[in-house]
Order: sequence, then structure tokens, then C-alpha cells
Amino acid sequence: MITAIRSAAETMNGAAAQEAATDGALSPAVAPGAVSLADASGGAGLVQSVDWLAIAPPTITAVVGLILLVADLFVPEKRKGLLGYGAVAGLTVAIISLVPLLGEDRTTFCLTTDTTACSYTADAFALSIQLLVLGGALLTALLSLHRTRDELPAGEYWFLLLSSTAGAALLPASRDLATLIVALEVASLPAFALVGMRRGDRLSSESALKFFLSSVTATAVTLLGVSFVYATTGSLHLTRIAANLGDVSGQLETLARTGVALTLIGFAFKTAAVPFHFWVPDTYVGAPLPIAAFLSVIGKAVGFSGLVLVTVIAFPGYADVWGPAIAVLAALTMTAGNAAALRQSASRDWSAVRLLAWSSVAQAGYILVPIAAAAYAGADQIGSTVAYALMYAVVNLGAFAVVTVVSRTSPRNRLSDYRGLWYTRPLTALTLGFFLLCLAGLPPGIIGLFAKVTVFSSAVDAGLGWLAVVMGVNVVIALYYYLKWTAILFQAPGTADAGAESAGAESGGVAVSGAGTLVRTPVAVTTAIALTAAVGVLLSGYPQLVLRFAATSLF
Amino acid sequence: MIDISESVMQFLLAFIVVGPLIGAVAALLPAPPGLRGTGPDQAVLRHGVTVTGAILAAAIALVIGFDHDQPSKMQATTDISWIPALDVRIHLGVDGISLPLLVLTALLSFLCALYSYFKPPTGPSPKAFVALLLVLESGMLATFAVLDLVLFFLAFEMVLIPMYFLIARWGGEARQPAAWKFILYTLLGSVVMLLGLLLIGLQSGTFDMVALATDNGRGLTASTQVIAVLAIGIGLAVKTPMWPLHSWLPDAHTAAPTVGSVLLAGVLLKMGTYGFVRIVLPIAPEGMQTFAPYLAAFAVAGIVYGSLACLALAKQGAAGDLKRLIAYSSVGHMGFVLLGIATMTPTGVNGALFANVAHGLITGLLFFLVGALKDRYGTADLDTLAGAAGAALYGRAPRLGGLLAFAAVASLGLPGLAGFWGEMLALFGAFDPAPGLNRPAFLVFMVIGGFGTLLTAAYLLIVVRRVCMGTPPPEDRRSGAPAAIPDVRTYELVTWSPLVALTVLAGLWPAVLLGLTDPAVQKLLAGGKS
Repeated sequence: MITAIRSAAETMNGAAAQEAATDGALSPAVAPGAVSLADASGGAGLVQSVDWLAIAPPTITAVVGLILLVADLFVPEKRKGLLGYGAVAGLTVAIISLVPLLGEDRTTFCLTTDTTACSYTADAFALSIQLLVLGGALLTALLSLHRTRDELPAGEYWFLLLSSTAGAALLPASRDLATLIVALEVASLPAFALVGMRRGDRLSSESALKFFLSSVTATAVTLLGVSFVYATTGSLHLTRIAANLGDVSGQLETLARTGVALTLIGFAFKTAAVPFHFWVPDTYVGAPLPIAAFLSVIGKAVGFSGLVLVTVIAFPGYADVWGPAIAVLAALTMTAGNAAALRQSASRDWSAVRLLAWSSVAQAGYILVPIAAAAYAGADQIGSTVAYALMYAVVNLGAFAVVTVVSRTSPRNRLSDYRGLWYTRPLTALTLGFFLLCLAGLPPGIIGLFAKVTVFSSAVDAGLGWLAVVMGVNVVIALYYYLKWTAILFQAPGTADAGAESAGAESGGVAVSGAGTLVRTPVAVTTAIALTAAVGVLLSGYPQLVLRFAATSLF
Repeated sequence: MIDISESVMQFLLAFIVVGPLIGAVAALLPAPPGLRGTGPDQAVLRHGVTVTGAILAAAIALVIGFDHDQPSKMQATTDISWIPALDVRIHLGVDGISLPLLVLTALLSFLCALYSYFKPPTGPSPKAFVALLLVLESGMLATFAVLDLVLFFLAFEMVLIPMYFLIARWGGEARQPAAWKFILYTLLGSVVMLLGLLLIGLQSGTFDMVALATDNGRGLTASTQVIAVLAIGIGLAVKTPMWPLHSWLPDAHTAAPTVGSVLLAGVLLKMGTYGFVRIVLPIAPEGMQTFAPYLAAFAVAGIVYGSLACLALAKQGAAGDLKRLIAYSSVGHMGFVLLGIATMTPTGVNGALFANVAHGLITGLLFFLVGALKDRYGTADLDTLAGAAGAALYGRAPRLGGLLAFAAVASLGLPGLAGFWGEMLALFGAFDPAPGLNRPAFLVFMVIGGFGTLLTAAYLLIVVRRVCMGTPPPEDRRSGAPAAIPDVRTYELVTWSPLVALTVLAGLWPAVLLGLTDPAVQKLLAGGKS
């Protein structure tokens, strides 16, 4: 099944070309496309040149994934580790391939009849999200290098991870609904398999099934919405939809509105917005840790960038429909996420991962705020979303990296296992404290603070005062559990303090001995922590690096 | 006084803000050879004294280099672009309003570090203690030195985490709930404040405090000003604390270690009132005009409430904690400061700034003294301390008793000591508030405030009577209390005497402070024109 989807993505060129043909047939004057190479063959420009450089980032990722899948058959068991390094190298190359694209908007897969309607655009928005996705995937790869050696099947794992990344990297650049849906599915389907990958683990397969069923339902609904939108506007290209939605005839008005609403649902699901968030905690807990990290960052990037594209580019005329809806969604999401995160007891199994899962739901709420603001104050507000998401990606992956380290000594991964981390691994404890305070948005996590400030300012700018106040209250609630976790890090391992009284006598001894025996941390994981911490500190000193997105127009 | 070149002044101010941060990082690293001292604990505590001492020296140099003929002018200014995306600039500078607070902060931090050196805090390793203290100092100093709204917010938030850990790790009983109450309460306030600051910044197009103050609210509509003042005011009022929003303060003070209490009362509360003077008054005068009567009403309610709470705590059999009592007295004293600000007159605002500094000196001293008392008796509970006959501190430790009586008398506002001028000027301001404010209402507030001074005198005298007076039990074997307790030690004398000296100096020669603040206040209220 996965391979089928993979090939669907590969044949996407065909789909785009076909659509170009239909659109071309509809329009009376068939102008030969400027980029057409097919004029010589006498056709109306059915074949066109492809800007390979522009599509390099997702393509390289996909190709490396395929190579690794094939290579898995020939690499001897002892050398399977090499596959992981191949994936890391591939992702690095893909990130480097973003560099030549900077500065100008490149488009490809355009209609031969109308070169302004393109299926693939590498603009500032696409590039920044691609950087987020590829960088996040690179960190995930670093976190999982040691796991593929013993528990996870190397070949499949790397192939699925890279496929999903390729889909996620394609999504922000796609500018028609068909490509968007294909990219969404390419990003999602491998993720289901990745979640269920821990062999012989009931929790793992159960969470994969939960994830799969709810996701597929959401996709089906989205497809229905897309078909409604196509029926009313006659085009799949986002810019054309935007133009055509303006003059939908009165009879079809309701259909168009329904289509807009239904389309958003699938992306809201991916962002894990309330009420589509119930799969998150179980899925994160059941999945291998690096995959949970991957879903919390890349999965969300897929969701919100899709949401941004359909709302701001395709449906700007319907801002009065989706603006309030997303504002309410954002408020509900952050409140529900924080309320649930608040209730995690420190001594429950997997409470650390559960807390991160719920907190990521809450963070998705903050990410949605500027999208809602864009309905009132224009597309420039989206920059705040991108800036916040970049900050969140770095910091959340860093936190997951530290959780990976701790889970090696205490596999139950309770919050109480973090007690006294400062005494056994001072640097790790300091970095986790830094990451958590960044997520909370308090100094010394200056970048977290400023990312929140940009989100607040977009809400205030759009006149969404009530949303800003709701977010303010949520920031305070979130501080409680982030700071509580931070405080646990620095508590003396022995003494029973009020902060973690629930660590309890029953489990206290295990936790201490667990943290007391030092297990060597794999080099790759250390690298990941060092990398995220370095980026976090750099951004705190020079926030302009990500905040510049908040001040410019991305499209 | 002495002409120091502008670039040196710039460096001094930048060093004052950044120095403690560097010191905090250095405190976490192992001590270099040659500076190891007798042990790691002693070395790091000494490091704290060195760094805060250097900052104090820089602050004094700043005072010397400050052009006292032009206190209304921003001096030692640095203005560098930091985050162009948000239009945030690293804009530092001092004028007559911020200079006294800057020096007060540097002084109290140094005294706290010195005190901790001789009497290490009870709790986990002093390494983290010193690092947190230095981060705290940096945040406090930055609050008074920055001239950018977003940076002000950043500095305002920077003190939260260190103070939380100081209370939660080195505090006394019930420290966890108290620390939580402190941080959640103030964070909720400051998030609301951020919304107000953003509203101002987005509506007027700049976050620069100097530009906004010069603009004097002309670029903002009246409704924007009202909303902004409400939002910012709530944030600052939580920090100050204003009467109905004060409930975090007594708990935090009771639980905090001595050093934490001193800095909390001495500096952190001032950040709130400083914000009122620096941001709310000049930037949104119309909005302030709307809320001034309410602010004044809450302020006098705070004065009376604080005093009554103290009276109740000081009563025999009430089991009142002395630290808690002083915390409530802070609510009352900060009420005077807020009343002065609410009058929107130069007299009132000068009084508020004076009372700010005076309260920092006197209450800092009081918390040091009560901390010392708690160390000696093991409790700060007034009933246990005094028993039925009084603690008889005059008889058992005459110098300690004398100092306590001095601080109490200064706190109740005896003329000739620092506490007097600020409260008197604030009441004076309320007698004749700014045009446009309801004068009869302010006259009522003045009368209630004056009544509050009486109540203040009452409870402080009761405390002095119960703690200092009484007959020392010659051989008190029954109650188990030590008959004689150690009197003021040398290091304590060294730590406290600057505060005593400055209290007397400010009381006898108020022009030292008023000469600095008055021109700056005149300029602020006149809308940037001096």
C-alpha cells in the first residue's frame, strides 16, 4: 500500500500535466507555454521542462529513501548501521539543496496556458517549512540511529521515515489541491507504519491502528470537501480557486461553504487541533520515542502548513468563515492541551512522554493563532506562525532528545525519573531546563518568550483581544507544569520534597538507582542535544534569525 | 560631578546590566586555581560578593559621572538594533528617576551577597544560590536601565525564575506553595501587561519609551489608552502589589530566605511602581487620567488594609509571624507610593519615588533584622518570641534591639528619617491633585491615608514594645529560652550600617534624592518638554 502511494507521488507530474491538459482544453485560446519544450512535437505544450533545482529538497529525500530500501537487501546484517548514516547524509544534502533556492520565488509544474497557476512554488514560506521539516527529520534520524541497531528493522525504518519526510517537504510547496492531498497522504501513510513498528508490542500496534483510523476518516472528509470546492470553482489550483470562489453562483454558495469547511478538517486533524486530538497521547506513547518526536514536529508542520495554504491562498474570500472557526479552534486546542497536561501525575508510566504529547497539543493552539489573525489582518501574520513553529521545532526536539537519554536508564519514563538529573548529568539537566523554559516562554528561554510575543502581537494586531487573553491564561497554566518538571530536575535525588511527593516510596528506590547508574549516551543523541541546545542559545541571543519571518511577507 | 566621557558611561551602564549575567555563568563553572579559597562553597560565595561588589562600584561610578545639572536628560545611553522584526532595540539609559533605583538595587544585592558570605543560606549548594542571585540582580537592574517596552517586559520576566527557585529551594516552611503563588500570580499579571505593551507598540508604531514619552500619548486614541492602561496597570499592580492583588506577597515573604525577602521587598516591588512612573504616566496620560481615582482608592484601601492586618498580627495571641507582618506593612507603604502616582502631580510622583527608595532601605533593613532574630530564636513568631512579658531585646541584645527600634520608627515615618518625606509628599499631592481629577475624592483619600499613618505607627510601636521591651528573665530555665542571645555581630553591622546611614541621610537631606527626581518628573509629566 505504501509503495502504491509512493508511486502515486512519483507520478504526480503526470497528474499535474493531465490537469493542465483539461484546463487547457477548457480555455478557448491555447497559448503555448513559455517553458514548453513540446512545441516541436506539435502538441499544445503537454510536456514541459521541470525546474529540478526547485523540487530538489523533497526529491532528494524520496530518492535516498528508495535507495536505502533497495540497499537494505544487499547490506549484510552487521553493516545495517550504514543505512542510518546514509539517511543522515541524504537529509543533510537535502537541507543544503535549499541554499541555492534562497532569495527568489521559483515555480514549476505550471499550466501551459496560464503560467501563473503552478503546482509547485518554492517561495519563502515553502523554504522555511522545508527547512523545519528536513532539519526535524535530521534530528529524528540522529535520535533513532542507535535504535535501528537493535530493535527496529533498519531498511524499512529509514525508508518510511524518509518517505514521510519527502511528503512533508512537498506539502508546503504544493499549490494545487491534488498535490496537497497527495503530499498529505505521503506524509501520513508511512507515519502509521512507523508508529506501529515496535514488533510484538501490543501498545504499539494499537496506537498505530487508532492513528490510522482517525486519520483516514479525516482525509476522507477532506477529499469530500476538495471535491465540493472543485465542483463549485472548476479548478484545483489554489490561486484560481481564490479567484473563482468570488463569483460562485447563488445556488452553489452553500456547497462552496461546506467544501471550505470540510477541507480544513483534515489539516486540523494533522495539527492535532481540538476536537481532532484524541489520538495524540496514545500514539505518542505507543510509538518509538524518535517517532513521537517526529510526529510532534513534522506531523504538526504538515498540518498547519496545509491549513495556511488552503486558508490564506485558496480561500481568502471566505475569511469570515474560517477566521472565527480557527480562532475558536486555537482557543479550544490550547486550553484542552494545557488542561490535560496539567493533570499528568508524575509517577504514572510514560508521564514524561504524555506530558510532552499534551503540551504539543497546546503549542499547536498557539501556532494556529496567527492563522486566525490572518483572516482579519492579512496574510503577513502567517510569519508569526512560521517563526513560532521554527522555535517550537528546535526546542521540542531537544526536549525529546533528552527524554531519549533518560529513557535508556529508566524505561518507564515517568516524570519522577527526572528527579536529581542535575546531580548525575548536570549538562543534560541544564539543557532540558532550558528547553522547557523556552516552551514555557520565560527567560532564560528568550527565544520562546519572543516567539510568544510575536504570536501575541499578531492577535492584538488583528483585534482578537479575547484570543490574546485566552492565550495569556494558557501561558500561565503551561508554566505550571513546565516549571514543575524543571524543578524536579534540580531536586536532590534522596529528599522527598513537596514538588514530587507523588514519586512515592513504592517507586522512589528504582528511580534513584536508575538515575544513579550511568549508561553511556550514544554519540548521535548527544550530537542532537548539543545541536538543538546550540541553536536554542543562538536564537536566544539573536532572535532576529527566526523572527524575521514575522516581519516579512512570505508568499 | 566628575566629567566621565560618554563612552565610558555607556560601558558602565551596559556592564551593570550584563555583568551579573556573566558572573552567574562563571559561578556555575569550577573556580580557577588561586581562587579556590577554603572550599568550593566559600569560593562561590566569595565570587558572588566580588561580582556584586564590582557592579556596585560601577553604579557608584555612574552616579559620579552622572551630570547632576541635567537629571531630566537620559544619560549613558546605548541604542542598538536587536530584533528588527519586532522593532526591538537594546536601548539603555539612566535619568534622575532610574538612577536612585539602580544604585539601591546594586547596593542591596551587594549587601545580600555579603550577608550570605558570612551566613551561608541553609539549603542545597550555594553554587546555584549565587548564580540565581546574580541572574536576579541582572534582571532587576535591567528593568531600571532599559528604555524599550519589550525589553522592559523581558527584564520584568527575568526575575521570576530565579526568585521562584530562591524561595522554593532555600525558603522556610510552606515554601513550595508560596513560590508557586508568587510566580503564577506575577506571571498572569505580566502576560496581561504584555498585551497592553503590545497594544501601545502596535498602535503607535514604536516600542521606544523615550519616543513614546515625548509623544505623550498624542499618537494613541483615548480608547486605546484606556485599554492599555488597564492591562499594563493590572500587571504592574500585581507586582507592586496593589491592595486586592497583594495576596501572593505575605506568603512569599514568610517563606523566602532572608536574602530573598530583602530583595523582594527592597527591589522587586519597586519594579511595579517604576513601571507606573516610567510607562503609564507619560505614555498614556489620558488613560491614566481615567483610572487615577480608582488607583488612588485602591491605594488608600491598601494602606488601611495593610495596617489593620499588621495590627491583627501584632496582637497578643494572634501567632503573627514577624516576616508576614512586615510583608503586610509593605502593602501599606506601597499604597502611599501608588497614591502619590495617582495624583499625577510632580509633588505626588516625587513623593512616590522618594517613598520607593525609602521603603527599599528601611524594609530591607527590617527584613535583615527579622532574619537575624529568626536565626537566634529559631522562629519569627511574635507570640513565641515575646511570650507574655516581652522579648526584652533591649536587655538581652541591646544593639539588635536598638536597631530594630530604629528601623520600626523609620518605617512609621518619623520626621528626620527617610520614611517621612515620601509619605508626606504623597499626601501633599493628594491635597491638590492634577487638574481634571476629582479633588474632593482625593481629599477624602488624603484623610484616609493620613489615618493610615496613625495605624502604621500603632502597630510598629506595638511590635517594638513586644519585641524590644520587657524584663529579661534572669535565669529562665522554665521556658527554655536562652537568657542572653548574641548581639549584633561584626558582619551584620557591616551589612546593615549602610542602610542605617542612608536612611538618616535621606531623612535629613531629602534634596539629595528630590534634586535628582524632580526635574525628570517635571519633564515626564509635561510630555517630554522640560
